[in-house]
Amino acid sequence: MQNVNFSIPSDEVMAAGHLGCAGCGAALAMRLALKALGRRTILVVPACCWSVIDGPAPYSAAGVPLMHTPFASAAAAASGVRAALDFKGDTETTVCAWAGDGGTFDIGIQALSAAAERNENILYICYDNEAYMNTGVQRSSATPLGAWTTTTPRAHLKDRPKKDLAQIMVAHEVPYVATATVAYPDDLVAKLQRAAQIRGTRFVHLLAPCPPGWKIPSEDAMKVARLAVATRVFPLVEVEPGRPWRLTVVPPEADLEEYLRAQGRFRALLDDPAALARVRAAIGERWQRITRLAHD
Amino acid sequence: MGPHRKPMKVIEGTHAISYAVQRSRTAVIAAYPITPSSGVVELLAEMCADGRLSSRFIAVESEHSALAACAGASQVGLRAFTATSSHGLAYMHEMLHWCAGARLPVVLANVNRALGAPWNIFVDQTDSLSQRDTGWIQYYCEDSQEVLDTIIQAFRVAEGSLLPAMVCLDAFFLSHTSEPVSIPDQDLVDRFLPPYTPAYALSVDDPRAFGGMVAAEGYLELRARIEHSMRRAQQLAAEAAREYGAIFGRSHPLVEMLHLDDAEIVLVTSGTVAGTARTVIEEYRAQGIHVGMAKIHLFRPFPFDLVRIALGRARKVAVFDRNISFGCGGIMASEIRAALCNIRKAPTVFSFVGGLGGCDVTPDTIREVVEYTRRCDAPEQDTMWVGLPEESRQ
Ligand SMILES: Cc1ncc(C[n+]2csc(CCOP(=O)(O)OP(=O)(O)O)c2C)c(N)n1
Ligand SMILES: [Mg+2]
Repeated sequence: MQNVNFSIPSDEVMAAGHLGCAGCGAALAMRLALKALGRRTILVVPACCWSVIDGPAPYSAAGVPLMHTPFASAAAAASGVRAALDFKGDTETTVCAWAGDGGTFDIGIQALSAAAERNENILYICYDNEAYMNTGVQRSSATPLGAWTTTTPRAHLKDRPKKDLAQIMVAHEVPYVATATVAYPDDLVAKLQRAAQIRGTRFVHLLAPCPPGWKIPSEDAMKVARLAVATRVFPLVEVEPGRPWRLTVVPPEADLEEYLRAQGRFRALLDDPAALARVRAAIGERWQRITRLAHD
Repeated sequence: MGPHRKPMKVIEGTHAISYAVQRSRTAVIAAYPITPSSGVVELLAEMCADGRLSSRFIAVESEHSALAACAGASQVGLRAFTATSSHGLAYMHEMLHWCAGARLPVVLANVNRALGAPWNIFVDQTDSLSQRDTGWIQYYCEDSQEVLDTIIQAFRVAEGSLLPAMVCLDAFFLSHTSEPVSIPDQDLVDRFLPPYTPAYALSVDDPRAFGGMVAAEGYLELRARIEHSMRRAQQLAAEAAREYGAIFGRSHPLVEMLHLDDAEIVLVTSGTVAGTARTVIEEYRAQGIHVGMAKIHLFRPFPFDLVRIALGRARKVAVFDRNISFGCGGIMASEIRAALCNIRKAPTVFSFVGGLGGCDVTPDTIREVVEYTRRCDAPEQDTMWVGLPEESRQ
């Protein structure tokens, strides 16, 4: 028999019976994250799909202590939890703010920026499904250029690029910034394990496909997330101060249209060749920028 | 041995708060500056820096975050404190509701200041009174000693009822006035205020979720429990006041009743106005005129029974409000009317609003209010403005 070396811990911290939709990337993201972080973790969760996914009180799927908190407050509440643990002499427990893209890129960015500037000893994970999914697929500033949402309807698709939050966080000079996705679980787990060993504000931007919001069959969620990486839409990077950016997984390039065609939210974009060209150019430019940062 | 007495120290109102927070062994302090409450956190930050205080101090970027950080600390089961005023309190509004709903006994000092527009940094109680339905215990104070004593008691009442508590004081008249204040000894405060040990808290040894979704029936029940605890908080507050008095020789009644045995007219007020009114009431008494005063110290839970005892026998009640609920009038007057509505031969309630935005409330202002109430059988209007220029009086 051959010894297989699994890099992903086998401990299932998160329980079955969560309330995520079939194929929910956010639910899988949490399952993997808790494998990486272990049971000595406290979660702070603002309003987002995960406020529902964890289950109705008194049930909780997470398997670790979890504090729900208002939409804008994840990083601040996590700072308070951290301060209290420190006061008690517990500097080992990981305090993990777990927020959606809306709670991170939009309403929560002020508290996040402040916590990062203070270099609070917290791990902030943004699971990004690229819209406000809890409230029914409205645009966020993480919604990509050219995407349909209920507030960027067919006749007026999202006409601004996705906010580059990883760059914004790097600009705060925090000790660790990474991007990850559920479609590359080894990479995701390795990054969170690395992050868990570092003190200070660590930020992980985690792409989590949302079948109903992206208008994809639930069984395609992993395929689509993998394509996001292969098409350079969502490069997987790791950034530590004083070092060049590191591209951790670079699969053979796939064509952008393959990614877009797989998702109903880009149907209208695909009907507009000029807009499609703009999206293609923007992704190409960003990829250039990142590869340059990675080779400096 | 008689009650404990200590030499006085002359300090600003905001610093009286800081000393109370220190003596209460607060574990986590998170705050954001705003005039006129900044002094509170400045001194606390200094105390944390020079080791007089072992608390964690979080210099957050907003009041919303200040209260969120306090909520996080409180959810771990530790004592947390913040201070703010006016726009800062308004900015906390969402978190105010959250803390009460999550049963987190955070203590907050609010310096009562006017809200814009237009900008004004002076006293006005509308900032905190407009938060009265958020589920926070609310105290209003007359002088710096009362502020200090009340903060310490607020922790005990909040932790006993698992509800957050707000201690309010007037901008500048209190916050920036230096007065002699007795700062209690640590060991005596420790005797009065035991460590906070909640039954449930965030802990990796006992993983639980806090604040998760509940269905309608569960929500209704939780709300009823908050109301029940809030009503019980009055009893806890009374016990705290009594025991504090026994240890420290100072007590601050939840509703102070001054000359109410035979008062035909009772002036109801709160905050520093009560201090001014006190001297005017004594002048009337010296002339044999049966006027008394009720000072509202505890506003939430509203001490209905005490208010009925205080006012039930009067013929007329004059409420002076340094606050306004537009379209309804003085906020305390509304509560007083509600408290009196079911008693037989209820006194006639006169509602006066004045002193907003820092307008002076002088002995003459109080005399004007009392004289009007003596003169008229009933008020000419639901709300009467005091100190308005002649041309805007209709
Ligand atoms: C202050 C406030 N505004 C609005 C809402 C309503 N709300 C709840 S979740 C949500 C969207 C969350 O989006 P995101 O953070 O991307 O998480 P997702 O639902 O996509 O998982 C909104 C708008 C709220 N809870 N609080
Ligand atoms: Mg989202």
